[in-house]
Amino acid sequence: MTNTEKVKRGLAKRYRKERRFRAMGLIAVLLGFAFLIVLLSDITIKALPAFHQTYLKLDINLDPEVLGLAPGRPLDEKAILHADFRSVVRRSMYALFPEVRKRRDKRKLAALVSTGAQYQVRDRLLRDHALLGQTFSMWVLADDDVDTYLNTRSLRDLKQSERRLRDNQVAWLETLKQEGRIESRFNWLFFSSADSREPELAGILGAVVGSFYTLLVTIGLAFPLSLAAAVYLEEFAPRNRWVDFIEVNINNLAAVPSIVFGLLGLAVFINFFGVPRSSPLVGGMVLALMTLPTIIIAARAALKAVPPSIREAALGLGASHTQMVFHHVVPLAMPGVLTGTIIGMAQALGETAPLLMIGMVAFIVDIPQGFTDSATVLPVQIYLWADSPERAFVAKTSAAILVLLGFLVLMNGIAILLRKRFERKW
Amino acid sequence: MMSEQPTTAATRVRVPEDDDDALLSVGATPQGGAVEPENGYTTVGEPFVDQPKMQTRDVNVFYADKQAIFDVNLDFAANEVLALIGPSGCGKSTYLRCLNRMNDTIPICRVAGELLLDDEDIYAKSMDPVLLRARVGMVFQKPNPFPKSVYDNVAYGPRLHGLAANKSELDEIVETSLKRAGLWNEVKDRLAEPGTGLSGGQQQRLCIARTIAVNPEVILMDEPASALDPIATAVIEELIDELRQKYTIAIVTHSMQQAARVSQRTAYFHLGKLIEVGDTDRVFTNPRHQLTENYITGRIG
Amino acid sequence: MNSTTLLLVLLALVAFGYFFGRNRSLAAVHSRGGHRRDLHSLPEYYGYMAALWAGLPALLLLLAWSALEPTTLNHLLVAHFPATYQGMSSNDIGLALNSLHLEAGQGNPADIADPAQRQQVAYLLHLQETSRLLKTALVVVLSLAGLAWAVSRISPRFRARNAVERIIRYILIAASSVAILTTVGIVLSVLFESLRFFAKVPITEFLFGLEWSPQIAIRAGQVGSDGAFGIIPLFVGTLLIALIALALAVPIGLMTAIYLSEYASPRFRAIAKPTLEVLAGIPTVVYGFFAALTVAPAIRAFGESLGLEVSSESALAAGIVMGVMIIPFMSSLSEDVISAVPRAMRDGSLGMGATRSETIRLVLLPAALPGIVGGILLAASRAIGETMIVVMAAGLTANLTLNPLEAVTTVTVQIVTLLTGDQEFDSAKTLAAFALALMLFITTLILNVIALHVVRRYREQYE
Repeated sequence: MTNTEKVKRGLAKRYRKERRFRAMGLIAVLLGFAFLIVLLSDITIKALPAFHQTYLKLDINLDPEVLGLAPGRPLDEKAILHADFRSVVRRSMYALFPEVRKRRDKRKLAALVSTGAQYQVRDRLLRDHALLGQTFSMWVLADDDVDTYLNTRSLRDLKQSERRLRDNQVAWLETLKQEGRIESRFNWLFFSSADSREPELAGILGAVVGSFYTLLVTIGLAFPLSLAAAVYLEEFAPRNRWVDFIEVNINNLAAVPSIVFGLLGLAVFINFFGVPRSSPLVGGMVLALMTLPTIIIAARAALKAVPPSIREAALGLGASHTQMVFHHVVPLAMPGVLTGTIIGMAQALGETAPLLMIGMVAFIVDIPQGFTDSATVLPVQIYLWADSPERAFVAKTSAAILVLLGFLVLMNGIAILLRKRFERKW
Repeated sequence: MMSEQPTTAATRVRVPEDDDDALLSVGATPQGGAVEPENGYTTVGEPFVDQPKMQTRDVNVFYADKQAIFDVNLDFAANEVLALIGPSGCGKSTYLRCLNRMNDTIPICRVAGELLLDDEDIYAKSMDPVLLRARVGMVFQKPNPFPKSVYDNVAYGPRLHGLAANKSELDEIVETSLKRAGLWNEVKDRLAEPGTGLSGGQQQRLCIARTIAVNPEVILMDEPASALDPIATAVIEELIDELRQKYTIAIVTHSMQQAARVSQRTAYFHLGKLIEVGDTDRVFTNPRHQLTENYITGRIG
Repeated sequence: MNSTTLLLVLLALVAFGYFFGRNRSLAAVHSRGGHRRDLHSLPEYYGYMAALWAGLPALLLLLAWSALEPTTLNHLLVAHFPATYQGMSSNDIGLALNSLHLEAGQGNPADIADPAQRQQVAYLLHLQETSRLLKTALVVVLSLAGLAWAVSRISPRFRARNAVERIIRYILIAASSVAILTTVGIVLSVLFESLRFFAKVPITEFLFGLEWSPQIAIRAGQVGSDGAFGIIPLFVGTLLIALIALALAVPIGLMTAIYLSEYASPRFRAIAKPTLEVLAGIPTVVYGFFAALTVAPAIRAFGESLGLEVSSESALAAGIVMGVMIIPFMSSLSEDVISAVPRAMRDGSLGMGATRSETIRLVLLPAALPGIVGGILLAASRAIGETMIVVMAAGLTANLTLNPLEAVTTVTVQIVTLLTGDQEFDSAKTLAAFALALMLFITTLILNVIALHVVRRYREQYE
């Protein structure tokens, strides 16, 4: 056989292999797409119930006797805050179904309303004192079990023993629905309230504010330190063993598991320096140390990219080395440094493990006011809610994840925009 | 049997690293001469031969919108060495790479014209580039042995194309190729050592052996000795002379002296145009075109 | 005054120092009938110098004071404890200190019933007040002293700019040392607590023990009091999940990198690369949630439909999701490594008539192999150190098995459970967490060092 014939003989098989290989590559990429789509759609679907909340329309009678307010005394805020709105809410529910007599059934009836309803009524009275003694209708929050039941069609087919609502409760809900007393509204509460034991009252505001304060500390510490370190390593440092050691250290720190930083924070910042546990201050300090390598590496790349011609021009005009660096090189490298910083902050926003170590696992109901208050952050909130058995928390967790992802997309988007608009190609 | 054409697009958009960037200033007045380039030009000399091994007609090559090669007509005779000379950036490498369709790996490169190997159009749909490259081999400027043993380097091609039925046939092919490349004696005891461990000159001969092992009909050489020292260069040049008895060789070279030493015909390229072709002796002693003379006497390039 | 106010005062002093120094320098030349130009440096630099000397030493003092105050106060308090408190365990001392601080925070010692405690709290308040006063006084004095010293050196011949630049350089060096300080801090803190642990539990039992159940008795004599602290089941669990993750991520990541760099059109790449970056940017807690609530039940249901017994916290679920998380990491590492192979090698293979897949399989990948191995090691290090996915999706009890359908626990999960439960800081349980962290740190450090070394040697080969 001539050479050409020999080659031709093997070609078909070789091209088959080529096609197979290429197909494998394509499948690999498509698998990546598929994973992402499955993940995002799963979470979005789970999150949808969290965005609306069921409300019940009750006829509230603010009877001062029931409230425990003596008729003669002045109506001040303190008195209102101590009044018994729970009974008022209960009575209004009983009033809707007067045929319910037995104690146990009455309790089930009252359980359809959220425990937060009493505070809604209270706030209403606080705003308008004239309502005392009046009867008026008001929309109040339903309990999360009601919400879950109404949102999940599959639950309606289950037997009573398999779901949380009893048959009589379901029947009452149907009546209320027919009377037009059930409404589903957008869940603003989710964005405006802090954590709560009751799923229908739980919101992410506390976590978001906590994340905000923490990131503020992180960027306040990490940005100057990283920039200074990068400037030194790139512009001033002599080439000796000590500097090599610093560089090796930075590269190693970038690969240390994040939980170890949390332990550092626990052992040194909390136990030795006495920084308040679970505060944005210590959280920010830990995250700053974690983000240092990322920003340093990005900043060094940005500094390196400034061409020697600019440096030489500055030096040629009589600037000192320091002046050249700070007046010329650093400003030109700024877009790259800022991009790296934003990306580092986005990573820090999503970190959970180190913050668990410094104590952010506590149940925080207040919105943090400062850097030393106990706080939680959004990813930790997600983690805590994910542990909760109530089904309603699944939706809340997923919704919180979407909010977190939203922030991350925003931050990365800003970083990319910054890079595109300001980075120059030398 | 229609074999599938592998796609020609590579994802990496790279213009070849050699001096073809200078090509993009076509239309500039050449240094030293007062000749105005025109669009329709005639090639001086003897571009055509009887019974050519490869023929090229009206070859034009474009990188995106910039044209790099203009209307080249040239024949390659069998068992002959044709040297392609010219100043940097005049398109010699680009043209050479058309002959084995290596330009296919550059997505923005477009080749127009007729290129024939033994009267077959090599850019036809029915021509498989894999098959073509088994018949037209290439040796590159910088020696590029694979990170494998010397044996495996030479055996790579034959294994790929299934040219040996068994191990002993493969051994034979390897030995023959290394002998023809003049490397056998130096490596016969070191066949299992990595090819990258050889000296520069030996590596280039290894690459030549590798190319020969596939038993091509034509060998294209893109400045094969420019990265080597003078002694290694001399060895390569001697090798080329021996190889021409079996193969047709086209060699791009920067060195006029080298062209004069190894080739039978020489073609002078200038800014993408084939200016003059002819017998090497005649071209160097009696160039017919002003530009050729300028180049040879050192006024340009 | 408290630290924040003090900080503001310091800022004011610094600003004052700047203007004072600057004007002083100008006055120095004008008084001799000279001109601005007679100053060695620009007037601003004299101002900067004065400002730096006014601010830096005082700031350092303030920071050091704030950092060391809590520990020092506690030591003084403990030294002041009445005789009855002697011989208390360190746990009890810690509790006593905590309650003292709480009471002091209320601010009204007269309300406390117990006279001994009342005295303690009063003492603590006294200490805090003294500390505040001292701090304020020293910081302000140091600031003024620094300012005075700087100003005293101002003269036309004085090279203010050089002095300022030198100070700046020291500041930069200090910033660079933070990285080293961090590493030192990590090593010391983890080591220190681990040594305390190894005083309670022998290191051989830790390293070679096959059982992990860290239940320590609250009271002596309680049933089940002896904890077992053998790390082997944890390591096996960690490796099992990491191996599953790598088995998924390495082939997919590698083939993704190959396809994107060799076969994909620019438009496809423009969509694929951002997608991979999104995958890489998703926080691990989200992956953990997905693993626990969707993947694990799905695997369980699927397994049971095949008649297999699958745990609801199977290693397979955690491993798969961890693998997905690592895919982008592996892909970008592989791409870097493959593109480092010189083009000449690719051309050489193609020039001999090899197809693209043959070139990749027979030439590029073998050439890139050291780099790829380095990438795999880095990915393994990442998988071993990962926390949230396993905390949420893997089990809590140690289980020495290689069956991916069972629940196992990992080193990181144990660190989290040991430190987020309710226990004092000193017990062997909590200290065990630090010992685990030490093992984790050493393992990932070794993997990283080897990987970076391999990759660097590989790159040097082609430069």
